[in-house]
Amino acid sequence: MAVPEEIMQGFEKPSWYQRLTVLDWGWALLVLVSTGYAYSRYQSFMDGYEIGILIGSGLSLVLMGWYWKPFRLYSIAVAVLSLLAISIYGTDLQIGEQNFFLKYILSSQSAIMWMSALFVLATVTYFGALFSGNDFVGRVASAMTWSAAVMGMVGLMVRWRESYLIDHEIGHIPVSNLYEVFILFSLITGLMYLFYEARYKSRALGGFVLLVISAAVAFLLWYAFDRGAHEIQPLVPALQSYWMKIHVPANFVGYGAFALAAMVGVVYLIRLRGERRNPVGFAATRLPSTAQLDDLMYKSIALGFAFFTIATVLGAMWAAEAWGGYWSWDPKETWALIVWLNYAAWLHMRFTKGWRGAPMAWWAVIGLFITLFAFLGVNMFLSGLHSYGQL
Amino acid sequence: MATQSEQRPPKGKGFSAHLTQFLGSMNLAISLLVALGIASVIGTVLKQNEAFSNYIIKFGPFWHEIFMALGLYDVYIASWFLFILVFLMISTSVCVLRNSPLMLRDMRHFRLNVQEKSLRAFHHVQEESFEEAPDEVMQRARDLMKGQGFRVREKKAEGHSLLVGMRGGWSRLGYVFTHVGIIVILIGGTLDSKIPVRVAQMMGQVVAEHRDIPANEVPDKSRLTADNPSFRGNVNIPEGKSANIVFLGLDDGYLVQSLPFEVTVKDFRVEHYATGQPKSFESDLVLRDLETDEVIEQTIAVNHPLVYENFAIYQASFGDGGTKLDLNLWSLNPELDRPLTMTGSVFKDYVVESQVYGPMNLEITDFRLFNIEPVVNSEGQTEQKNIGPSFNFKLRNEAGIAKEYTNYMNPVDQGGRFFYISGVRDSPSEQFRYLNIPQDREGGLKRFMTYLAYLHDEARVGQIAREATIQAAVGAQMSQEVQDQISQTMQRLIMLFAQGGYDAILDDVSRNMPEDKQEAAAEAFIKVLHSGTQAVYLHMLKDLEVGEPDERDWQFYDDAISAVSVLPYYGSPYYLKLDGFEHIQASGLQITRSPGKDVVYFGSFLLIIGVFMMFYIAHQRFWVWITPMDQGSHVLFAGTSNRNPLDFDTLFTRLNKALFGSLNKSA
Ligand code: HEM
Repeated sequence: MAVPEEIMQGFEKPSWYQRLTVLDWGWALLVLVSTGYAYSRYQSFMDGYEIGILIGSGLSLVLMGWYWKPFRLYSIAVAVLSLLAISIYGTDLQIGEQNFFLKYILSSQSAIMWMSALFVLATVTYFGALFSGNDFVGRVASAMTWSAAVMGMVGLMVRWRESYLIDHEIGHIPVSNLYEVFILFSLITGLMYLFYEARYKSRALGGFVLLVISAAVAFLLWYAFDRGAHEIQPLVPALQSYWMKIHVPANFVGYGAFALAAMVGVVYLIRLRGERRNPVGFAATRLPSTAQLDDLMYKSIALGFAFFTIATVLGAMWAAEAWGGYWSWDPKETWALIVWLNYAAWLHMRFTKGWRGAPMAWWAVIGLFITLFAFLGVNMFLSGLHSYGQL
Repeated sequence: MATQSEQRPPKGKGFSAHLTQFLGSMNLAISLLVALGIASVIGTVLKQNEAFSNYIIKFGPFWHEIFMALGLYDVYIASWFLFILVFLMISTSVCVLRNSPLMLRDMRHFRLNVQEKSLRAFHHVQEESFEEAPDEVMQRARDLMKGQGFRVREKKAEGHSLLVGMRGGWSRLGYVFTHVGIIVILIGGTLDSKIPVRVAQMMGQVVAEHRDIPANEVPDKSRLTADNPSFRGNVNIPEGKSANIVFLGLDDGYLVQSLPFEVTVKDFRVEHYATGQPKSFESDLVLRDLETDEVIEQTIAVNHPLVYENFAIYQASFGDGGTKLDLNLWSLNPELDRPLTMTGSVFKDYVVESQVYGPMNLEITDFRLFNIEPVVNSEGQTEQKNIGPSFNFKLRNEAGIAKEYTNYMNPVDQGGRFFYISGVRDSPSEQFRYLNIPQDREGGLKRFMTYLAYLHDEARVGQIAREATIQAAVGAQMSQEVQDQISQTMQRLIMLFAQGGYDAILDDVSRNMPEDKQEAAAEAFIKVLHSGTQAVYLHMLKDLEVGEPDERDWQFYDDAISAVSVLPYYGSPYYLKLDGFEHIQASGLQITRSPGKDVVYFGSFLLIIGVFMMFYIAHQRFWVWITPMDQGSHVLFAGTSNRNPLDFDTLFTRLNKALFGSLNKSA
């Protein structure tokens, strides 16, 4: 009896390493060689923890590339552009003013401006695609979002180098102030969205999610032009720690995921309203189904919660080293706890009480405001150890 | 989706069953999470652990009493807050105790005993009849499940055979890890908390000290011995000095915690970036164990503490360690054109005599080597700049009322003109108001002080006023009587101005003139005053042999008049100019002993592992129920997952297709 091939496929599920292709191994090799090169070249400047972080980053990059294939191309694009910029710079920051590529495209300031412009354009384009139903426009929007994420990351990478060019002493990883972390936030949220866009094969959410990113970009631009926040500042002593390199990015995976969940919540509410008003109308047909939205909302809150847990624990460990106590009820810490408790309550409601629907969507949206306060409001309105008032 | 926590207590059980039911209930858990969140919000919005006097000013005595009674000034140690935490701990423990056995059993349990009926009730279920014999179907199902990485159990029973595939049981263990992790963290936190001290305080064994007295005079009731297992305290140690205690804040006061070792600060350093911002804070420490005499030398910095046994010493802050200051006291009601000199140290008190104010207590409170302030540069842009050393002091009069001052050592550039700056305020809650004294050409205060002395010198002012009036009268027709009147007015106005600024003149006008003439009179008086002060200024320049005044001299005059006009509100008989100093710093150390730290870290580890297991492993089961038929078999395929229903839909459909598609449907 002949069994059709495609049905037999269901019988054997190759284990994950059997599914890796030559390309995957090539990717791993590329990352490992690059990591090895970075290690051999900068070994003498790094302490044990930093070497650990370097190796950890290399491994994560390999795994990320295996898990999400387009991420490889993304990383390569970022690496090529960043290295190009860095090599043009050489050891002279002034070249940034003269060289065409640096001045208009690749210097961190320009790259970040490109990122900002592309994110805003992509937002509009996604909405255009949604309303016109034109697939090509949608693909353009995705391409713009990818490019924005590339430029944002290049901006950060180059900024990292630029900080060392200003002065060896001043050099540091660009996750040390609100300006820099807003860039990180924009690009992480963008990437997370792109991941789910491919997963769910739908671009309908793009405009909505990118609205949050555009808002972040607006803040970023205001902050740069009005407050001169883009100036690279030296690190205060409390921030001179390898902990910063892992604590901050982990936090922003959390923030990004919560922002994503909130915007999915918004779409959920729109869709629900659309279904009630006009079951064959625009909102009820063009937007993803509530089941899908609910699923995505849950997944991003779970992802955010997991990373936020890690980030908070890392923060506590850092605090133990810098301030002498892993928990001081400092406003920033406390607000992290509040955010965390909020989402813990959300997860319990959903998972064990089976709550679904509009209330959970509203809650996810409100969650973003709580998160926003923890992320921004605390810095603006409350003082504490995190503002480094004493030292 | 089975929710274990929602199971009803078995009927007929009594109070304790209901109690555990309540304690382990989800509603309670969620309420507690939310309550904890709200309480934490209060703690961040209301600034914690400030001096009570600040709260009284902010909220008034009435609300202060209420807030204090509610423990809102130290929310995180308030009994109701601890109550919530303890409740959460109990609730989570009950939840874990009740659910874990179920979860752990469920994790390994294949559920071979299901009823066909209940499988039919599943959300994910398909059935069909096929030509193949039961054994053949069983073989297929086994291949399918094993191929997908499921563990498989089979059962042959009367009238049917059953295969169960299961994977992802670890997901259930994730639940245990997560929630045990939380309990462990709470326990660790309790070990390090102030709770034992609070209990001792409530029982009257420990009393917070409020007086500002030397540590060795603090009574035993406010001391904690070196064997206290857990504390977190601070101490400032001047360079070259040692300490074997730390201070723990408690309510509005403090306790003294003895240490089993002595710490000496050999040196404290602040390093700066080229821009002036601080780059590092470091202390060279020597630690000597008081029992074993073991000595450890280490340099600590922010983010790099010294760890000794289970103590840790952190660079927490820094301050002044009693810097020695050389001061010039310029009298502001001058009889002298030379200053008095004195030397003083930060944190010491001195008495200064003054004819106008009587003896005053001078309390030098602080010294700062660097002051990074926004400064407007010559291009009109604001930039952060170091404007050099400053020191703070209080002047307390005999009634005990003090004003606080902050004086900068170096003259500060303000749009190309340099000023000696001194800030004054009546209480710490106010902003400083600044007195700006223009710097003279020689770079000092001499010209301003001389001018001030001239303005206070009644006889001299009278003489100058007369000369000035005669000069003015040369062109005009003015009787001697009018001239006298004018020169007397001028003299009187200058004296008024020197003692009380413009306000004194306006006061004078409003007291002596009819209402409708006041404005005109004030205007005229100010004119007369200014020609008088100018005349005095010119006179002084001549005495100082400065020559013909230029634009800069007139700028100086304007600035000097501004300064003189605010002097009456300065409230000090002297201007204290810092002439030199010997900088002595103190390193602010935080010393902790925190036995709960590793417990908390262990709990955190469990929590993180658990959360990932719970989120990213799904506990899935598939049942293949095979009933033999005359021709072939009837197959029922059902499945459940404890999470991610959408992903499970896809999986179920795929596996169902694979299995059913590999069989031949019976006609
Ligand atoms: C700070 C306290 C707590 C935190 C952070 C926490 C965290 C979590 C998380 C992250 C989940 C996973 C939810 C999901 O998969 O969507 C979960 C599940 C769960 N929690 Fe909690 N929890 C806490 C307290 C409690 C308490 C007090 C109870 C007892 C009533 C409880 C009972 C449960 C139950 C029954 C589940 C479902 C587990 C399963 O069926 O797999 N939790 N918890």
